[in-house]
Amino acid sequence: MSSASTVPPEPTATASTPPTAPRAGQSPAPADAAFADVTASEAALRRYLHGLPGVDAVGLEARAATLGTRSIKTTAKAYAIDLAISMIDLTTLEGADTPGKVRSLCAKAITPDPSDRTAPRVAAICVYPDMAAIAKEALAGSGVHVASVATAFPAGRTARPVKLADTRDAVAAGADEIDMVIDRGAFLAGRYLEVLEEIRAVREACERPDGSFAHLKVIFENGELSTYDNIRRASWLAMLAGADFIKTSTGKVAVNATPANTLLMLEAVRDFRAATGVQIGVKPAGGIRTAKDAIKYLVLVNETAGADWLSPDWFRFGASSLLNDLLMQRHKLSTGRYSGPDYVTVD
Amino acid sequence: MAFDVFEYAPAPESRAIVQLAPSYGLFIDGEFRESSDGKVFKTVAPASEEVLAEVAQGSAKDVDAAVRAARAAFPKWSALPGAERAKYLFRIARVLQERSRELAVLESLDNGKPIRETRDADLPQVAANFFYFAGWADKLPHAGYGPDPRPLGVAGQVIPWNFPLLMLAWKIAPALATGNTVVLKPAETTPLSALFFADICRQAELPPGVVNIVTGDGPVGAELVAHEGVDKVAFTGSTAVGKSIARTVAGTAKKLTLELGGKGANIVFDDAPIDQAVEGIVSGIYFNGGQVCCAGSRLLVQESVAEEVLDALKRRISTLRVGDPLDKNTDIGAINSAAQLARITELADAGEAEGAERWSPHCELPSSGYWFAPTVFTHVTQAHRIAREEIFGPVLSVLTFRTPDEAVAKANNTPYGLSAGVWTEKGSRILRMAQQLRAGVVWSNTFNKFDPTSPFGGYQESGYGREGGRHGLEAYLDV
Repeated sequence: MSSASTVPPEPTATASTPPTAPRAGQSPAPADAAFADVTASEAALRRYLHGLPGVDAVGLEARAATLGTRSIKTTAKAYAIDLAISMIDLTTLEGADTPGKVRSLCAKAITPDPSDRTAPRVAAICVYPDMAAIAKEALAGSGVHVASVATAFPAGRTARPVKLADTRDAVAAGADEIDMVIDRGAFLAGRYLEVLEEIRAVREACERPDGSFAHLKVIFENGELSTYDNIRRASWLAMLAGADFIKTSTGKVAVNATPANTLLMLEAVRDFRAATGVQIGVKPAGGIRTAKDAIKYLVLVNETAGADWLSPDWFRFGASSLLNDLLMQRHKLSTGRYSGPDYVTVD
Repeated sequence: MAFDVFEYAPAPESRAIVQLAPSYGLFIDGEFRESSDGKVFKTVAPASEEVLAEVAQGSAKDVDAAVRAARAAFPKWSALPGAERAKYLFRIARVLQERSRELAVLESLDNGKPIRETRDADLPQVAANFFYFAGWADKLPHAGYGPDPRPLGVAGQVIPWNFPLLMLAWKIAPALATGNTVVLKPAETTPLSALFFADICRQAELPPGVVNIVTGDGPVGAELVAHEGVDKVAFTGSTAVGKSIARTVAGTAKKLTLELGGKGANIVFDDAPIDQAVEGIVSGIYFNGGQVCCAGSRLLVQESVAEEVLDALKRRISTLRVGDPLDKNTDIGAINSAAQLARITELADAGEAEGAERWSPHCELPSSGYWFAPTVFTHVTQAHRIAREEIFGPVLSVLTFRTPDEAVAKANNTPYGLSAGVWTEKGSRILRMAQQLRAGVVWSNTFNKFDPTSPFGGYQESGYGREGGRHGLEAYLDV
């Protein structure tokens, strides 16, 4: 795919263009060469990941909490709300998903607010692989991407050929983006190279017949990695393996995205770009339900990775109920009144 | 919305919650009164130089009246059962919490520090100190100072302008809990929150004379510490004034605690959690614009990571938001006074003249008021004035070291000894450093963290005596 034609629409508030074009469509990852020695062996990779500076949990959480006190008002709030809407991967990942449910979500993705056409479109619809084709059809020509989870989401506990087949299916069905899960078992057992090779294999499976690649988001499931040191190591591991995005969580476990673990991943992409020149995106997912929460995340992005990441090309929210709260806040800003849940669509 | 960056719109905290009177009197024996000679001085908002109010300039006669009032209140107050004194302190603590927004805005106005700090650090700590020492009031026999430790009498307390209400709490809460009565002189440039506290004492129906507030300049403080009716002197402020107080008090029966200046070393090892260390360096020197006695004003960074740490530090400092203290997004407010600004400017210029490399991020400073951009000096050596003298402003001096022993030697090579910070992921190193550093507080993997349960104080020219915690009771007990 050509990245220019499939980039989600810029929100009306953003006129900025990212400094580097999104990397979808390139392979292998440019960072590979610089870090070839690091990924050459299990021992080298382990030494590298364990040589990353440690994370002090108290300090990290304190920093996230302090940034959470930023007061975003009036024009800044309006900007942030539209930006947040444009960054949403509107998600439905239920056993009960049906074509009807997916189509109605797609309609909402294109026109989030039927009463106000100035509301920006969301970035993508995120579904299971078997719904990818339906979403693709429903979103045709809209500019909204289809993201499909894959690799035996959410647990990832199947053999690698199954995970790769799962991925190829989703890509064949038209998925623009693949949200894969890492093998947390292998990671926690210290088999980092295995995790790295699996990410690379999935990346290869993202290739389309025309030689372009679906965008790859790599999900860590931070709640299962448990420590911040692990999250930092997973971030570097995934970036070394060629991830386009790193993503906090599946939304299916008790601890999903938190301001602190997202802040940590933002530090990782910031440092990775400083080291390699390659920019990687970040996607917090799960538990972000209110406009207030979303704005806090945008503050984290702004003051950690910087303005270069304030675009749907580089930051996404994996969320289902967030969109309606953003729309209600948008109403409030434009009309001065809260309208209530009956004035946004239920999907 | 014709902008393409995430520009935070102004988010000012409302001033309306603070009702400022045009003038304030001295608080003596439960009443506000004019100065005996009718003199007043003005207190200004350092961020704008706006005059906030006129405040009575106390005289020797007023100090005498305040000490007499405290003396008269002492027998009854000290004879109250501890649990009864605790009730007053708990009541004060609750009123402080109820009025915390008002007091945060007031403190921000009068001091110039950001509302984010007064709201999230100063005021919660102020209330916490009263709650904590209220808890001790009926447990003094179990504090380790004998079965029935007695109060000293009248405490004369002189506090600085950098944490006006918090320093008041550090002084008044333990004094009252142990059964002393108090005459307190707030700093000349920040008298207002102490006067609002006087109102809170009335609101809490504290018996008249237990707390007296005399406002004024340095000579008023000198009168107070020299007054023969004072049994205990507690001072927080500069080392020069502390020395003169020590001379005044020498040879008398007065008990003295001094909490003076510092030149804290913040030591970053190569195995430190770098991102959090950078946060700690920033909060160490830019919290309250570096106008903190325990500020981490000397950064000692291991040479092998110096470049990485400095790059990250400069990037982080570039995101600091300097400006209107009442804006909720401001990180660094105004310098407290023209005099302090002059001192910071003089020392920073000396740093440059002596050959250190000066760096500040691009930031636009307001045109009125007292402002100083956050500043970092690199290539600083132990011989530079900026490595030895307390600057008391947002100015960081960066030095490097090669080994842990060198870090200790450099950190301890100061006439002060108030605070230090150690950043390393290695627990054993933290313990060893903490043993070897001559500093009253050693923070590990954090900086500028305060808690009423933890004693605070210094070595050498940083003073003597401890405030806070069980140790802090001793200063107010006849033991």
